[in-house]
Amino acid sequence: MKDRSIHILNFVGLGFFEPAIRLVTGEEVKKNLSLLFKKVVLPILSVLLFLILWHSGATYLYNIEKEARIEKAFADRGEAAALEMQTCIESDDISCQPNTLPSPAQVWVAYKSLLTDHRIITEKKVAFADKVAATNTQRAEQGLAAIKYTGRPSFVDQIFTSLKTVFAGFLLALFIAVPIGIMLGLSDTLRSSVNWLIQIFKPVSPVVWLLLVFMIVKTLTMNSDTDSSFIISFISVGLCSMWATLVNTSMGVSSVDKDYINVAKVLQLNIGQKVFKIILPSSFPLIFTGLRITLSVAWMVLIAIELLAQSPGLGSFVWEEFQNGANDSNSKIIVAMFVIGIIGFLLDRIMLTIQKFVTFTEETA
Amino acid sequence: MAYIELRNVSKSFGIGKDRTQVLSNINLEIKEEEFVAIVGFTGSGKTTLINLISGLIMPDEGEVLFKGEPVTGPSHERGVIFQNYSLLPWLNVRNNVGMAVRETFKKMSKKDRNKRVETYVEMVNLAPAINKKPKELSGGMRQRVSVTRALSMSPEVILMDEPLSALDALTRGNLQQEILKIWNKDKKTALLITNDVDEGLLMADRIIPLKPGPKATLGPEWIINMERPRDKTALNHNDEYKRLRNSIIEYLIQIGEQRASKKENTYVLPDIKPRIKPAPFRKFGFS
Repeated sequence: MKDRSIHILNFVGLGFFEPAIRLVTGEEVKKNLSLLFKKVVLPILSVLLFLILWHSGATYLYNIEKEARIEKAFADRGEAAALEMQTCIESDDISCQPNTLPSPAQVWVAYKSLLTDHRIITEKKVAFADKVAATNTQRAEQGLAAIKYTGRPSFVDQIFTSLKTVFAGFLLALFIAVPIGIMLGLSDTLRSSVNWLIQIFKPVSPVVWLLLVFMIVKTLTMNSDTDSSFIISFISVGLCSMWATLVNTSMGVSSVDKDYINVAKVLQLNIGQKVFKIILPSSFPLIFTGLRITLSVAWMVLIAIELLAQSPGLGSFVWEEFQNGANDSNSKIIVAMFVIGIIGFLLDRIMLTIQKFVTFTEETA
Repeated sequence: MAYIELRNVSKSFGIGKDRTQVLSNINLEIKEEEFVAIVGFTGSGKTTLINLISGLIMPDEGEVLFKGEPVTGPSHERGVIFQNYSLLPWLNVRNNVGMAVRETFKKMSKKDRNKRVETYVEMVNLAPAINKKPKELSGGMRQRVSVTRALSMSPEVILMDEPLSALDALTRGNLQQEILKIWNKDKKTALLITNDVDEGLLMADRIIPLKPGPKATLGPEWIINMERPRDKTALNHNDEYKRLRNSIIEYLIQIGEQRASKKENTYVLPDIKPRIKPAPFRKFGFS
C-alpha cells in the first residue's frame, strides 16, 4: 500500500511527498527528516520569503502613490483638501484608494470575492434554468433553439472556456504537426524542401498568427452567424504552438537508431510496418517532448490571443479587469496570473505522466 | 560449388578526399554446414564484411553470391546477430522474438507462432524473462534474446558480428557453448566475426584473419581439425590447439607491427624544443 502510493506519486511527478509518507510509517526517521526539510520545508520557506518581499514591495509602492495623491491634492486645492485626502485614504474608503500593485492580502480577498461571485452566478444560472425549463421544452417541441443564459460568465467559467480553447488548439496542433512531422522525418527531400518555410514561420509572433487567422476565418464565416471568436482563437493557438511538435517529430523520425533500421531491414518489414513498428515507437520520446512544449506554449499564447481576439476566457478576463479599473481590478489580475501559472504547471505534469506511460525509457543497465 | 562466395569484393565509404577503401579485394568461400571464424583488429572492417554478406550494404566492386545467386538485399535465409544486440527497447522479449517469427512465417497461425517463440526462448533458458523488457535484462541475457531472434527465423546461415565481445568472460563461455549446441543440432552454416582467437579456435572449422584496414584483405586460413565437442579447459592442454593458437597470434602480431611501422613513417615530428619553465614552488622542491 505504502510503496504503491509512493510509486504513483513519483510517477505523476509529486515525489516530494515521499519522505512525508515514509515518516508517517516511521521509516529511517533521520534520513527522511532531512529529505523532508529539503523537499518540502525549504520550498515553503522560499514561498514565504517571496510573500514577504511582495508585501513589502507593495507597501512601498502604496506609500509612494499615497504621498503623490496627498501632494497633488495640496498643490491643486490647498491644505484642507490634502488633509481630507489623507483621512480618506487611511479610512480605507474605496473612492480614494491608491491604485498600484496589490498586496498578498488584497489578492487573497479578491480571490475569495471571485469565488463568491462564481457561486452567485451559478445560483442565478440554476434559477434561470428552472424559470425557462417549461418554455424550453415547448420550444424544443416546436423545433426552436433553447433559450440560453446570457449573463456575465464567472471567473471559473472563464477558466473552463480557456481550457476548452487550449485543448482545441492543442488537438489541432497534434493532428497537423505529428503527421506532417512524420512525413518530413521520413523523406529527406520533403524536409529540405519545406525547411525554409518552417524556419520562417516558427518564430512568428502569436499576435501575427491571430491576425492572419482572422483574415481567413472572417472571409470563410462571412455568411454564417456562428461566433467566430472561438474558432479564431483556437486555430491561432494551434498554429503558434505546433512548431515544437513538428520539429521534434521530424527530428525523432529522421534520427532513428541505425541499429533499429537494420533490424527492420533484416526482418524485411514493409514500409508500413517499418513506420508503425520501428520508427514511431522509437521516436515517441521526442514526439512527446515536442507535445509537452506545444501544450505549454499553447497555454502561454492563449492568454495573449484571448486578450486580443476578445474571445471569452482568462485572457479577456485579464483585459477586461485592466480596462475596468475598479479598486480590486489589480488584485483580480494577480489572481488570474496565479491561476494561469498553476494550471500551466498542472498541464505540464499531466503531459509528463502520459509521456511516462506511453514511452520506453532508454536502457540504463 | 561454394555456399557463400565473395568474389573480389571492395567497399569504400565517404566521398572525395575523405573516401577510404575499407575492404579491398576480398575473396572468401564458405561451404554448407561449415563454421568459419574471421578474426581481426577493431576497425578493420569486420562489420562491413558482415553487412555485405547479409545484404544490408552492397559492394562497390565484385560480387557476393549466396547459393550461386548474387545477394540483392537482406533475406530471412541469412540471420544476423548484431554486435550491440539491437533489441527494440519498447518490446518485451516475447514480442522482440515474435516480430521476427511473424515476418518469417506469415502463414503460420497465431498459436503456432507463439509456441515457436516460446520454444526458442526456452532453448536459451530465458523462459522466466519472456515478459521482460530489454532494459530489465543483463547484457548476456540481451545477447541471448538477440541470438534467439536470429535463430527463430530458421535461417540457413547465421552471421554473427562480434556477438560476445561486450560480455564478461564467464557469460561469454556459457553463450559460446549454447551457440555451439544449437549449431550442432541444426548443422547450419555459420560465419563468426570475432576479435578473440580463442573463441574462434573453440567454435570454428576454419579461422581466417582479416588484415587491418584501410584496404583490408583476408589473410591465409587456418584449418582447425580438432574433434567436437571441444571442451574449453581440455583445449588448454591440447598440442594442436597450442600450435594453432601460437601460429595465428604470431601472424596477427606480425601484421599488427607492419601496420604500426607503416604509420610511423607518415609522421614528421616538428622541430621544436619544450620551453623549460622555472618550477613555481621551489620551496617544496626535492632536487
